[in-house]
Amino acid sequence: MGAPLLEAANLQLRFGAVRALDGVDVEIFPGEVVAIVGESGSGKSTLLRVLAGAMEPDAGRVLYRDAAGEAHDVQALSEAGRRRLMRSDWGFVHQNARDGLRMGISAGGNIGERLMAAGDRNYAHIRAEAADWMGRVEMNPERIDEPPKNFSGGMQQRLQIARCLVTNPRLVFMDEPTGGLDVSVQARLLDLIRGLVAQLGLAVFFVTHDIGAARLLAHRIVVMRHGRIVEEGLADRVLDDPRHAYTQLLVSSVLAA
Amino acid sequence: MNAALEVQALNKGFTLHLQGGIGFQVLRGEALTVMPGECVALTGPSGAGKSTLMRCLQGNYGADAGRIMVAHRGGLADLAAADARLVREIRRETLGYVSQFLRVIPRVSARDVVAEPLIDRGMDPEAAREHATTLLTRLNLPPRLHGLPPATFSGGEQQRVNLARGFAPDYPILLLDEPTASLDAGNREVVIGLIHEAKARGAALVGIFHDIEVRDRVADRLHEILPVEDAA
Amino acid sequence: MNAITPRNAPENAYNFAYLDEATKRMIRRAILKAIAIPGHQIPFGAREMPLPYGWGTGGIQVTAAILGPRDVLKVIDQGADDTTNAVSIRRFFARVANVQTTTRTGEATIIQTRHRIPERPLTEGQVMVFQVPMPEPLFRLEPRLAETRRLHALGDYSLAQVKLYEDIAKQGESGSSYNHPVMVGGRYLMSPSPIPGFDNPKLHNSPALMLFGAGREKKIYAVPPYTTVESLDFEDHPFRPVRAPQRCSACGSATSYLDEIIADDKGGRIFVCSDTDHCAETQGL
Repeated sequence: MGAPLLEAANLQLRFGAVRALDGVDVEIFPGEVVAIVGESGSGKSTLLRVLAGAMEPDAGRVLYRDAAGEAHDVQALSEAGRRRLMRSDWGFVHQNARDGLRMGISAGGNIGERLMAAGDRNYAHIRAEAADWMGRVEMNPERIDEPPKNFSGGMQQRLQIARCLVTNPRLVFMDEPTGGLDVSVQARLLDLIRGLVAQLGLAVFFVTHDIGAARLLAHRIVVMRHGRIVEEGLADRVLDDPRHAYTQLLVSSVLAA
Repeated sequence: MNAALEVQALNKGFTLHLQGGIGFQVLRGEALTVMPGECVALTGPSGAGKSTLMRCLQGNYGADAGRIMVAHRGGLADLAAADARLVREIRRETLGYVSQFLRVIPRVSARDVVAEPLIDRGMDPEAAREHATTLLTRLNLPPRLHGLPPATFSGGEQQRVNLARGFAPDYPILLLDEPTASLDAGNREVVIGLIHEAKARGAALVGIFHDIEVRDRVADRLHEILPVEDAA
Repeated sequence: MNAITPRNAPENAYNFAYLDEATKRMIRRAILKAIAIPGHQIPFGAREMPLPYGWGTGGIQVTAAILGPRDVLKVIDQGADDTTNAVSIRRFFARVANVQTTTRTGEATIIQTRHRIPERPLTEGQVMVFQVPMPEPLFRLEPRLAETRRLHALGDYSLAQVKLYEDIAKQGESGSSYNHPVMVGGRYLMSPSPIPGFDNPKLHNSPALMLFGAGREKKIYAVPPYTTVESLDFEDHPFRPVRAPQRCSACGSATSYLDEIIADDKGGRIFVCSDTDHCAETQGL
């Protein structure tokens, strides 16, 4: 069924006495949505950063297979290579829009930046793409010249998503993309992400502590605790037939997920 | 003829870690064979494990031991040992499931809920929506509801959306968990018709039917699930 | 005994061209490295000079480092040879290096400038020395200096392009009428110093050597002769050097860069050449 898009083997990372990652093996296939769930401090955000090459593990390696099928050791890539990947093949949606957007630049400029980084030098084209993407994330394209601060938290997340998707990435990392938003806003955003992911056939690694979000979006769930994967598998099976004590606790803590 | 679905020596139990780790066995050595064009109704006292078996057959519950062989892509796949991707592939192409309850996805219309598995199987989105409309109409869901998300629908309306979603793709294997539970007499007839058509095209069906009349009209044979004797 | 030094005699108390030889050698090394990596900013150990920051401390050190006894020096400030800054720097070098000075672009071997490039085309062998207040072209876009260095290293200039996008989105055209960023040799993004965009094309494939000195920021960079220098733009919004659509009211030039001057109390305006030498030459003065 083809090779994984990204695969990590035996990732180890310590912060002093804390084992943030303790022998983690994980993989993702093209078009697959994988949720990494766990409580704060479980290592889930650290895992995401290591997978995305934003943090270096003490041991283990992460392999990324590009569109031509060539495998790249993410940690061994030069910084230029990693940045190139991050603005072409990959995207990263941060929990805090401030970390993923340029707050002093208009919505259009924020979305257009990746196109310009990829070498697009046609103003009209960049602008049309930005407006199109605002529409696709259900923002009003007429607000293309407004800076992020004019938009609500939910809209800023949409903008971040548009900024990532404009260059048609193959793999998107999302760190609590709906964290800190109102429940109704979360639901709409999750729904939007769900639609885009299916439509574009994206592979997505997303970190969440929201079991409902994991159920709605994920094909597969990875449960982390104390830097280890304690359970992993088909999303509905992990949630409906959890084996590990911790997963059972996690699932039972949720009100009517 | 080869079986469409063959369950061999299936064991399934649960360990409740939050309740002091108590464990109980629901299925032990379960075996079941279903041929194409055949409809098997699961029977047995409530709590005996009919729903657990259905969930194992769907891949929603993991098996502890045994095999669930499914005729898939011209070969045999063991659902009990399949990884997440293979389960998804089997669900997409081979194995349909109609549950009692619709898991509502916010903001997705009834029509799109039904069309989604068709589009996943590669059907043109427009044709898929047309097909969805036809089925929903056949199940007497008022056209004004087709474009609305089913979250606010009544139990019977949601059930019909669910049925349409399950029957739309013509799966070779179809699992039916109380398909007529909240339906009126008219819609029950529609469902019986759909089941007969599915059998006629060679689908293998496994169902739990509390409605004895429906069961007797669609099932070719009964398969009884008995409670596992507590090992003393 | 005459204790008073004649006004125009060289100052023997100072080394030739004010800076000591070791300092000049350090600056020359920075200049050579800058020439070797066109557009790339080279740090250097800028010295305190007898003029305030912002008055050309960077330019004056570069000039001091390259000046030889046979050089002919021209100094302009906003195109004019006769403003305080230009006159002071010219007099400074006449005094500490005893070099010949001129206002004629064609006669000069070294031209130190603030904010202009002369109208008369430069020739091989000439050196332009620019006074640079802020050498970092990404300065306003990325406040972290370490990050700007990384962006230069990676050749990642999408941020500058985004700034241009923003200007066009907000003002209908590229907003920088001066200090418009340029790509040098297709590799490094460079601030051309606050010259008007009108002068940017003069940097492109120029036969002259262009040296840039930033005293306060302690950076030197260069554009060697015949190096491509392209102003950042979009295909569909190409960079356009602009000048006031007027004629010089002194020489009548319709092609030179013009300064607007308020001529009377009633708001009357006239336009004259910014390049005073060019204007005089055109008038045959």
